[in-house]
Amino acid sequence: MTLLSADALLEVRGLKTSFPIRSGVLRRVRGAVRAVDGVDLTIYPGETLALVGESGCGKTTVGRSLLRLTEPTGGNIWLGGVNLTRLSRQAFKTYRQKMQIVMQDPGAALDPRLTVRDAIAEGMDAFGIGANAEARTQRVAELMCRVSLDPELMWRYPHEFSGGQRQRICIARALAVEPVLLICDEATSALDVSIQAQILNLLGELKAERGLTYLFITHDLGVVRYFADRVAVMYLGRIVELGKTERIFAEPMHPYTKALLASIPSLDPARRRVKPMALGDVPSPAHPPSGCHFHPRCSVRLDLCSQYEPPVVPLPDGLSRCVLAQESRAGEAGPAPASAAPGAAPTACQAGTPTREPRLD
Amino acid sequence: MSQPLLCVQNLVLTFPSDGGRIAVVDNVSLQIARGETLALVGESGCGKSLTALAIMRLLPKPGRIEASSRIEFDGRNLLTLSVPEMRAIRGGAIGMIFQEPMTSLNPVTTVGGQVLEAVLLHEKLARPAARERVIELLQMVGVPDPRARFFAYPHQLSGGLKQRVMIAMAMAMRPRLLIADEPTTALDATIRAQILQLLRQLSASTGTAVLLITHDFGVVNEIADRVAVMYAGMIVEEGTRGELLAQPRHPYARGLLKSIPRPEARGSKLEEIKGVVPRPGRWPPACRFAPRCGYAFDRCRVELPQRTAVTAAHGAWCHLVEYEVHA
Repeated sequence: MTLLSADALLEVRGLKTSFPIRSGVLRRVRGAVRAVDGVDLTIYPGETLALVGESGCGKTTVGRSLLRLTEPTGGNIWLGGVNLTRLSRQAFKTYRQKMQIVMQDPGAALDPRLTVRDAIAEGMDAFGIGANAEARTQRVAELMCRVSLDPELMWRYPHEFSGGQRQRICIARALAVEPVLLICDEATSALDVSIQAQILNLLGELKAERGLTYLFITHDLGVVRYFADRVAVMYLGRIVELGKTERIFAEPMHPYTKALLASIPSLDPARRRVKPMALGDVPSPAHPPSGCHFHPRCSVRLDLCSQYEPPVVPLPDGLSRCVLAQESRAGEAGPAPASAAPGAAPTACQAGTPTREPRLD
Repeated sequence: MSQPLLCVQNLVLTFPSDGGRIAVVDNVSLQIARGETLALVGESGCGKSLTALAIMRLLPKPGRIEASSRIEFDGRNLLTLSVPEMRAIRGGAIGMIFQEPMTSLNPVTTVGGQVLEAVLLHEKLARPAARERVIELLQMVGVPDPRARFFAYPHQLSGGLKQRVMIAMAMAMRPRLLIADEPTTALDATIRAQILQLLRQLSASTGTAVLLITHDFGVVNEIADRVAVMYAGMIVEEGTRGELLAQPRHPYARGLLKSIPRPEARGSKLEEIKGVVPRPGRWPPACRFAPRCGYAFDRCRVELPQRTAVTAAHGAWCHLVEYEVHA
């Protein structure tokens, strides 16, 4: 059975994940944090899709929900045409092999009592890859070489390695089961900048060699601009803008994207450019503001922004969830809205509603 | 030229280990002029935070400031002050803010109460006047609705607001030097931008000098006047912000700046610095960067480089730079 459909590798529609808020002596459920509140995403094979946003926006929960590490409370996820959300845990296991995750803190991600050999081979054991223990050890050695670790060190424990080396172990461990999709959740955020460069280069090489697809979850827009093909910007559980990396950085449509980009410090000594464009703090996801979640911090908000959910405005390369984007698109002449029609270009991402019904098995 | 506000000379910090004491900060010298912002930049473990703690004489035990070191603040040798004298300077003429505002604030006291305590310690004010001063300080650091927030507990505030309260506490004593250790590292991008702007404004309006400890060259560019780059316990390059960011000379500083992902680098590989930072005690005898340096030659492995002046305000500790400059 082939797992890959012709175009999309992974399709996510209306993904919702909420966490109950309990309080009182009886721990009754008093409400819910809607960490992910209706997320649509399409990931194409071989691309790097970055999911960016500030802490608490739900980007990590999206990654965890895709793997059912956190069980989603609504929506559908198709991997190569198979609806993963309808599978039993047991049936899901087959597909779980195809999606692996590399997390932020390699120190916490590795079991301190497992040798590096066992940590890397654990997934192979679980999925029955490799004829016997010896074959798996051989494969561990190959993987360690590939991520520039000395295979002689495979009988050592994680604490004997530096942060960058531990992240290499985590990458080798993820690759051991031959995934098609690698979710990198802030995989380089805890590393020093010179080590981050090493890991980004390694991820780039592995992608080219193995045709991997990345979902790159990060808050670092410098890394996104360097590494990603497309970008999805999240704010309080929703995707507020999505598009090609070049377009997002050159012509951001959503005021939140603009505020995020204006907050990247420049490295050019001729200009200091940080402009705080978003007012105040990120509200709690337990009590998101009415209407457009961003309106209390938005410098260009309209009266209606606090009352109505913002429309999903399709763009040629993605979408923007802002009423102003709708106006600016309506202002454009003739063909522009037509080119934004779903399914117009094969490379265009599906904005808003899916252009075709994802196949069910 | 007038005397600098802070002058650190030949600072050596040691910690005990199996084979005697190892220097984790080795012969570091720094100067900060009044009102100036100096950024001390480096990767984890380079000794930048320990340098800042030593200036406050807060070096954790069993660390020791060796006798050769001198730390002069406003003409006084901080290393010879008595404990009460030092306590008066700490939180008085020198304020400090840290990376984690959550762990620096008292969770069982209102934020107003904590700032009030700081104000009362250093200013002879009646309580109502002191309270007004607290409100004024909270307003100055951009805490919205300071009268209501006076009674809030730290857990009721966001990370950005907590950092603002920390800054208000530090500024309560009208310090002449503010030591800021990774003040924006734990904050989100949009909040970081707000705090950077605040630090820039405060330093300009109050004339407070800032010693900024950071690993982020973006933050350096936003608020520093001068920059010193540390590697393995030593300063390897120092200069004005413009010179150092535009024309770094030391191979480590150049490598560090080049390894930052930039839009121009898209599609090509990032420049890497080979290997990892060696642990203290395993530092090479001569130039500490030599084993990882692509330009190292024989002299780098036997002789510790001295400072080579590139321009009046720009120097690098590198044999190669010495040859280049004197060629």
